[in-house]
Amino acid sequence: MIETNESYKTNFGETKDIIFKIYRYDPDSNIEPHFDTFTVPVVKGWTVLDAVMYIKENLDSTVSYRASCRMGICGSCAMDINGKPRLACQTQVIAELQSDEVVVKPLANYPVLRDIVPDLTPLIQNHENVKPYIIRKDKEDQKNPKGELFQTPDELEEYLQFSYCIKCGACLAACPVAATDKDFPGPQALTQAYRYTIDTRDDGFAERIDSVDNAHGAWRCHFAGACSDACPKGVDPAFAIQLLKREITARKFGKKREPAPIAKQPANVKRLESVPYPPEKTVK
Amino acid sequence: MRESTLWFWHLMAGIVIIFVLGIHIGVMHLDKIMQVIGIMSAGDVLSYAEVLARAKTIAYLVIYLLLMWFALYHGFYGLRSMILEISMSKTAQAVVNWVVFLFGFGLAIYGTYVIIIGYTMANA
Repeated sequence: MIETNESYKTNFGETKDIIFKIYRYDPDSNIEPHFDTFTVPVVKGWTVLDAVMYIKENLDSTVSYRASCRMGICGSCAMDINGKPRLACQTQVIAELQSDEVVVKPLANYPVLRDIVPDLTPLIQNHENVKPYIIRKDKEDQKNPKGELFQTPDELEEYLQFSYCIKCGACLAACPVAATDKDFPGPQALTQAYRYTIDTRDDGFAERIDSVDNAHGAWRCHFAGACSDACPKGVDPAFAIQLLKREITARKFGKKREPAPIAKQPANVKRLESVPYPPEKTVK
Repeated sequence: MRESTLWFWHLMAGIVIIFVLGIHIGVMHLDKIMQVIGIMSAGDVLSYAEVLARAKTIAYLVIYLLLMWFALYHGFYGLRSMILEISMSKTAQAVVNWVVFLFGFGLAIYGTYVIIIGYTMANA
């Protein structure tokens, strides 16, 4: 039932009062973890991020949160909303949560910097450990590329879905293994390990394998699927981890793949006059 | 040894267990059904004569050795996996690895002795 709130009706139409319980914690000021309760006149279409911004602007300016793009691209505003990791900017309060009470907490499985701001260092560290970039056997070619690398549309399809990761950290927060095993790389890092391993331009499997094929690596995944359920971009990390297990096993039994060849410069081709030249490099 | 090798044998052990444990369950616990469908002849599988007859055969010796070895490996690898999921120091992890290995290996040696001695005595 949408209730009328006069101050917002003027600008936004009907509103509904929703109770927001926000997790508060400030280690620098010795404020112990607790929840503060706010009543927010939510307008139809508002996201949780809109409501948190309303709280900061109108009810309590000391509430800390992290957000940037407000359109599900940057992954900054992932938080635990009513018990599930979600992007606050993509979670509509009335239409999606369908609750008169919204509990907002920082993402689980991370240290808390302040209030609902998690410290994403574990995510970034695990991401770095799997060397999430194209590694070429020919180091000279990697430094000074001689040309483009061949890749068919089918080869692109093999990793495209997994390249949509925005590093929001929701998957790691949902992962039951990461909750107990701090050495587990987590769904995000393992997915990126697979994404680059399966990329035909990459030849860095040998350099990447140690970080995923160990006692706490890919084999510890229970396939609970909580990461895929939480992922706001449809990356499906649980699927990627199973594919990574298959790929490691296949290469163990001799699967070999030469990295994509460098495309030759086209011969006997004239440049169309209508095609402009690229601008000069701004960084020499 | 890489974890993928240990995990691969964990899966292989599971597959072997399905077959050899299936034979054990079929013979020892589903004997009435096996007799009805004609796979086994009528008789009490727990009678002294039946037990001795099975113990004398090389096939049962192999089946029970396989069942024991692979079940021990499968179980102890799973146990180790569960324990290692609790965050602990590198030293504690090494202790877990060695304790699980030595305990499992010790049981495998003892079990092998029991099965082989049973086969030897049955054929004596």
